[in-house]
Amino acid sequence: MMAMSTRTFGGLLCVAGAMFITAPILIASAPYESTMGLVQKIFYFHVPSWIAMFLAVFICGFSSAVYLFKEKPAADRLAVAAAELAVLFGLMGLVTGPLWAIKAWGVWWQWDARLTMALILELIFLAYLLLRAYGGPGSEKLSAGLALFGMANVPFVYISVNVWRTIHPTTNVLPSLSSSAPGMFGPFVWCMVAFLVLFVVMLTARVRLEEQRGRLEQLYLALER
Amino acid sequence: MFDFDRLTIDDVSRYYGRRRALSHVSLTLHPGQLVALLGPNGAGKSTLLGVVATLIRPSVGSIHYGDHSDKEASAGLRAQIGFLSHDLQLYAELTARENLELFAGLYGLEDPASRATEALDRSGLGSRADEVVEGYSRGMCQRLALERALIHDPRLVLLDEPFTGLDETSAQVLTNRLRCLKDAKRIVLLATHDLDVADGLVDRSVILKRGRMVELDGGSGPLRERYRAALREEGSLPMPDKS
Amino acid sequence: MANFFKIAWLVTRKDIRVETRSWEMVSTTLFFATSCVLVFSFAFVREGRPIEGAAAGIVWIAVAFSGTLALGRAFERERYQDAMRGLLMAPVERAAIFLGKLLAIVLLMAVVEAVIVLFVTFTFRAPLFRFPGYLVALLATGTIGFATVGTLFAAMLLRTRSRGVLLPILLYPVTFPVLIAGVGGTVALLQSEPNLDLVRFWTALLVLFDAVFLTLALWTFEPVMTE
Repeated sequence: MMAMSTRTFGGLLCVAGAMFITAPILIASAPYESTMGLVQKIFYFHVPSWIAMFLAVFICGFSSAVYLFKEKPAADRLAVAAAELAVLFGLMGLVTGPLWAIKAWGVWWQWDARLTMALILELIFLAYLLLRAYGGPGSEKLSAGLALFGMANVPFVYISVNVWRTIHPTTNVLPSLSSSAPGMFGPFVWCMVAFLVLFVVMLTARVRLEEQRGRLEQLYLALER
Repeated sequence: MFDFDRLTIDDVSRYYGRRRALSHVSLTLHPGQLVALLGPNGAGKSTLLGVVATLIRPSVGSIHYGDHSDKEASAGLRAQIGFLSHDLQLYAELTARENLELFAGLYGLEDPASRATEALDRSGLGSRADEVVEGYSRGMCQRLALERALIHDPRLVLLDEPFTGLDETSAQVLTNRLRCLKDAKRIVLLATHDLDVADGLVDRSVILKRGRMVELDGGSGPLRERYRAALREEGSLPMPDKS
Repeated sequence: MANFFKIAWLVTRKDIRVETRSWEMVSTTLFFATSCVLVFSFAFVREGRPIEGAAAGIVWIAVAFSGTLALGRAFERERYQDAMRGLLMAPVERAAIFLGKLLAIVLLMAVVEAVIVLFVTFTFRAPLFRFPGYLVALLATGTIGFATVGTLFAAMLLRTRSRGVLLPILLYPVTFPVLIAGVGGTVALLQSEPNLDLVRFWTALLVLFDAVFLTLALWTFEPVMTE
């Protein structure tokens, strides 16, 4: 990804753009879900953004581990980029979720297990960004530690929130993917791929920005020599 | 037991973003040498000591302790390093004896209690050994801190401005102590502002200014004069002599 | 190996000794914890009767808040006079220092929690002592988990600007599973018909959390503390 040529980058950007432009057509032509009607169609964007967030969390966690133990600056650049994307895609999911909920069931937030989990992860990676912004010099290593802990936390958050919710179940639960009709599969995969391409494009751009920043700093340092 | 016969600082630089704390510092020290690290505040003296102490990783370059590089830095290496930072690293709520026994224990010394007593006698603090450090004067704290740093008799001694706040007597005691360390073939790297005191002791002087290093000629004349002259020649610094 | 634990114990003992000279941390943390519970009392007690099920949550919130305070204070002590760097120079795996500090924090929190539990039992009339064994297991495993992450984060923020506010910002999200498990287990204990299977489940989850994060912390302490 770091070594991606500008042509490939441009190509992927066009692909992502094209896919997003055509996505509404596919979504509109997809069958309606039985109970929720039009509102359910938000899931074509809601679920992929959530999956993208997850991907970002794991990329951030693994590259943070590499940075902590191998001290490769490239790993830190990847970690920062992934953390920002985790926050961004998480925000998308946290906005689309309540939008769905308010229209479908009349409440903004009912502690759905997956949304709650996403919220916790969002907070962890927001904390990552805050640490980098306000922690002063040396906060790269510290935030790497946080990201590693955050990633290791994912299964625990999942289990604890799920069990916590099943003690107090409500009737309003977001349907799982398997309950969808076959006509939804095509558009869903289309949107999923579109999000993944967008993810790769944004990650590459952000890593490149960090690389340029690093190079700029090296130039400053060389200048004073 | 791990030991080494020279310290080599090999083209070490340390950057914090755009700020250069250290820039291409190279230096070799041998046992029995006392090298003074001079320079204005913020020059990077504390950073260099921190790097040599393995508390800070260099951005570029490496440190070699004998044949071992800092990348392989291990617990065994730390047993041979005595580090006294500018803040004295003492626990104010503990007594002098307790502080020394704690560090003797941490360094794995046999019979920490007697080692502590010896150190207290050496520093002349025996009579007040069981008072909490909070009540000590700066000079007494400094003496105690030095003993803490040296309690395990390390090969490499790193001192960050140990003469700060010392009165005439204490400074003399410290000077004698440093002379003993030289005689005992220890490697001593001493950051100091006190040029007069350092004069009689140092084998070599090195100036750090904005992270860059310049070696002072071992010429005649007081250290203070040579230091001032070197700073005046800022624009045309000679290349450091890697000995 | 034995040296590792010996050094950890020396660090813990030093912390205990320092604390017993002034009792500053114990007294201030205890006071804070009881104030915390009182604040919640005013919020959740209506007409002299506590709201149903509030007690469990309040115990754990008080633990989290007073724990954060204690952690900050414990590491301020190491920051003062650069003492932590003196410890880091010891010729032992640096993780031993972490373990020593962790033990000291856990001991302090155990004392504070005993008082919190007593206080909540009285003010909220909660039957917390019905199954003391299960309660102790929950509190112990939860405290160890919270303190493990907290000690690592507090140590890592030692030289950081804004460390006072950054510690809770970093700590709370990562320890949400601990709080969820702790509260969940305590609620199950306090029910009119206690669900002991659920209590065991939450305790087991906490044990797993502790194992994973203790390992991670021991692993990452040295890289994170080296500048």
